[in-house]
Amino acid sequence: MELTVWTYEGPPHVGAMRIATSMRDVHYLLHAPQGDTYANLLFTMIERRDQRPPVTYTTFQARDLGGDTANMVTSMLKETYERFKPQVMLVGESCTAELIQDQPGTLAQGMVANGELPVPVVPLELPAYSRKENWGASETMYQMVRGLLLSQVPPPGTQRPERDAGRPPLVNLLGPSSLGFRCRDDVREISSLLSQVGVEVNVIAPDGASPQDLLKIPEADFNCCLYPETALLTCQWLKRSFGQPFTQTVPIGVGATRDFLAEVAGLAGTETSDSAGDSRLPWYSRSIDSTYLTGKRVFIFGDATHALAAARIAHEELAFEVVGLGTYSREFARDVRKAARDYGVEPLITDNYLEVEDRVTELQPELVLGTQMERHIAKRLGIPCAVISAPVHVQDFPARYSPQMGFEGANVIFDTWVHPLMMGLEEHLLAMFRDDFEFNDSAPSHLGHQPVADTPQPVPAPAEDGDVSWSQDAEQELRKIPFFVRGKARRNTERFAREQNLHTVTLDTLYDAKAHFSR
Amino acid sequence: MTASLNTNCTPDLDPGVSYEQGPRELFCGLTGIVWLHRKMQDAFFLVVGSRTCAHLIQSAAGVMIFGEPRFATAILHDRDLAGLADCNDELDRVVAELLDRRPDIKTLFLVGSCPSEVIKLDLATAAERLSRNYLGRVRVASYSGSGIETTFTQGEDNCLLSLVPEMPETSERRLLVVGTLADVVEDQFRRIFEQLGIGPVDFLPPRRAESLPPVGPNVSMLLAQPFVCETARQLIKRGVTHLPAPYPLGVEGTLGWLQAAARHWGVSDEALTLATQAPVTRARKALEHYRPRLQGKRIAFLPDSQLEIPLARFLGSECGMQLESVGVPYFDRQFHGHERASLPAELPVSEGQHVDRQLDRIHAVKPDLTVCGLGLANPLEAAGLRTKWSIELVFSPIQGFEQAADLAELFARPLLRKERLAV
Ligand code: SF4
Ligand code: SF4
Repeated sequence: MELTVWTYEGPPHVGAMRIATSMRDVHYLLHAPQGDTYANLLFTMIERRDQRPPVTYTTFQARDLGGDTANMVTSMLKETYERFKPQVMLVGESCTAELIQDQPGTLAQGMVANGELPVPVVPLELPAYSRKENWGASETMYQMVRGLLLSQVPPPGTQRPERDAGRPPLVNLLGPSSLGFRCRDDVREISSLLSQVGVEVNVIAPDGASPQDLLKIPEADFNCCLYPETALLTCQWLKRSFGQPFTQTVPIGVGATRDFLAEVAGLAGTETSDSAGDSRLPWYSRSIDSTYLTGKRVFIFGDATHALAAARIAHEELAFEVVGLGTYSREFARDVRKAARDYGVEPLITDNYLEVEDRVTELQPELVLGTQMERHIAKRLGIPCAVISAPVHVQDFPARYSPQMGFEGANVIFDTWVHPLMMGLEEHLLAMFRDDFEFNDSAPSHLGHQPVADTPQPVPAPAEDGDVSWSQDAEQELRKIPFFVRGKARRNTERFAREQNLHTVTLDTLYDAKAHFSR
Repeated sequence: MTASLNTNCTPDLDPGVSYEQGPRELFCGLTGIVWLHRKMQDAFFLVVGSRTCAHLIQSAAGVMIFGEPRFATAILHDRDLAGLADCNDELDRVVAELLDRRPDIKTLFLVGSCPSEVIKLDLATAAERLSRNYLGRVRVASYSGSGIETTFTQGEDNCLLSLVPEMPETSERRLLVVGTLADVVEDQFRRIFEQLGIGPVDFLPPRRAESLPPVGPNVSMLLAQPFVCETARQLIKRGVTHLPAPYPLGVEGTLGWLQAAARHWGVSDEALTLATQAPVTRARKALEHYRPRLQGKRIAFLPDSQLEIPLARFLGSECGMQLESVGVPYFDRQFHGHERASLPAELPVSEGQHVDRQLDRIHAVKPDLTVCGLGLANPLEAAGLRTKWSIELVFSPIQGFEQAADLAELFARPLLRKERLAV
């Protein structure tokens, strides 16, 4: 049993729903109680989908348990097929149904075998008590692709025929899915990059693909594994079965996009070219008004793909200092651990929101790059923040084009990360001039926290609160410090005072502490 | 605790209510935690369930109330499913961890879920044990919010039901109002009752779970919400007199509701009229503002919050809307019969759900406004229909005179929006 306040990932069947909802002509029969239907709102409210997710829930109740819940599965399978006429049916169960062991997947396969269900079935077994959403998405995509393509797999050892020189290289983009972070725009950006270097996109899956489309996957020369959390397993299987290599670099950031294009050129057997354009990020980052970004202490947390990419951008492309790096994707913990070591920080592998909060509080970074959860942590602590990863919120589906991948993605990232810092700086200036009548602290803050001036700091008070008090002049001096470091200054000073056995912070104590802690 | 719930019994063949069975799209009773934890400020809700349960509450609560809320989930893992003895130890450990973190907790609800019920984890016994262990510090209660036992607002019913045996005995003459109301609404009602000389008045749930209202043979009860049926029945067993009344939605509903108490208290109709004249006039006038917009507009209700029947009554009779169909998750003749009777006999009212067939009918009828669950709203809007998603009706102050126009406004807004948008 594990005490959980907020979760980064839903249960694995929600991952399966993400695949089903991404695709066309697929329907998912989910053996589950009525409350599990809440998951529909993730798609219709957060992502603003205009269709209900293609999921039918059996919604068995307590009174059905003694009776024949298996019968509910079979009758609802028939009814659902008749109503929706999908090309493929996914059949599975959620946590509760897993316990009653009706084995809906097996039941459905039986119905297919005896002709009662005239549609291919992909049975899903997604252990709800040990696995989570991204694993469920990955497994579902894999089962679906494998289920449809197994009969096409050539005998082991078969060589892939050389690409006919007259035909442009073909690639599949694998992994973009419903409720993924900025997938819609990433796919557009990457497709256009690829077309600029003469590579044609064959199938995009799961997003927008039908089972018919999946059948064409083997026609491509190689795969782009855009979101390893969803697609790595499938890419590995396609490599084993069809000899299709796949890209290892996720093209988020300027460097990664260039690496990705080089990889693509290698796999496509074409020349690396710079016809794909470039990003403004390198110049913006070099321009002198970015000097103040140097060494900004940044804390990064998200799914592994986005966290790793963010760390590289922060370090190489914005000259920030990575002070914390972590992920909730345990499946990719090894990669994140290694990267954290390279940046010289302690990796944080956890799905416990409270642990992340503790770490941020302890590190007091100047910028937090995280999920919506970290955004709330940062908001409470008064630290600027940008969202880089799922779990998503309605705000993560902006109306405008704003990819994370490719060169345009790098532009978007520069803006989104630097904006909160720049605005922070602006607020600092506002605060400095607050005695001028034109400026005052009651102006609403874009950071969402309380006006800066005399409000209590949102930073949690030190544990032994109350044992150190502030003299009036010290308190006044403290207010002259920019608000985004004020919390840290207060805490450090109090810590210093405590170490020195001082009960009152005077002006001198404040500056003694500053000298003591200055690096 | 013998919570015999509607979903478990064979339906009555109630006149004027048909029964529909099939796939549902309804929340489970866990959802009630979202408003109950805000109402009872010293209570903590610990769901014993799966990652799904944790995800449900998080999604229903929206990501808006981050921070450390007064609810959490003890997520069952593979190793917990191996043996039950182990599960109880684990629960004790998790509760200890929680109470350690939150010394401010005075009442802890262990909330059962589908998984905890299917593995027959006995939370009632666990609650007794934990209550003994933490005697004098925390009271531990338990109830089921599982989707196999409860729909949406029934979770509140079960929660309150679990408190009934704990309520102290009194021989005093008191009024008890049952069902969560927003604090502002409670205060308004309190003032009116005071003016009428009715009291002392208690509310269940109370603002602090520590101080439960007393019950006894001289206590009479008004239901503020239509979904507290089992709690009401249990209170009746403890000697409480139920005052049948319409639910306090709209001017007429509120007036009828107050009247039930007034008559029982021997307050004259004249005195009631006098005490309510000002707010009634104000409310009628405010309602007039929305009436032209709602008048004659066709409205259909998909089953969701259990508020559907009294809402239909208000929108039909006070706002002039044309009722197309009303669905409710379950129908309880004792506590919903009179509200059903106030609707036109020929109006189709159905209990239960077959979501696909209901949506087929909505698409065929194309009402001007469809009241539905959160997951269904955007797809209906995309199909050109206007919707009012009903979870808002459970979270917002809508009862009483002063809120009558606000309630009408909630339904007028989507229609106004449709009129204004030119894109
Ligand atoms: S329906 Fe059951 S399993 Fe699903 S969230 Fe509700 S209590 Fe949990
Ligand atoms: S009235 Fe409702 S709750 Fe009572 S037995 Fe009939 S169906 Fe069940």
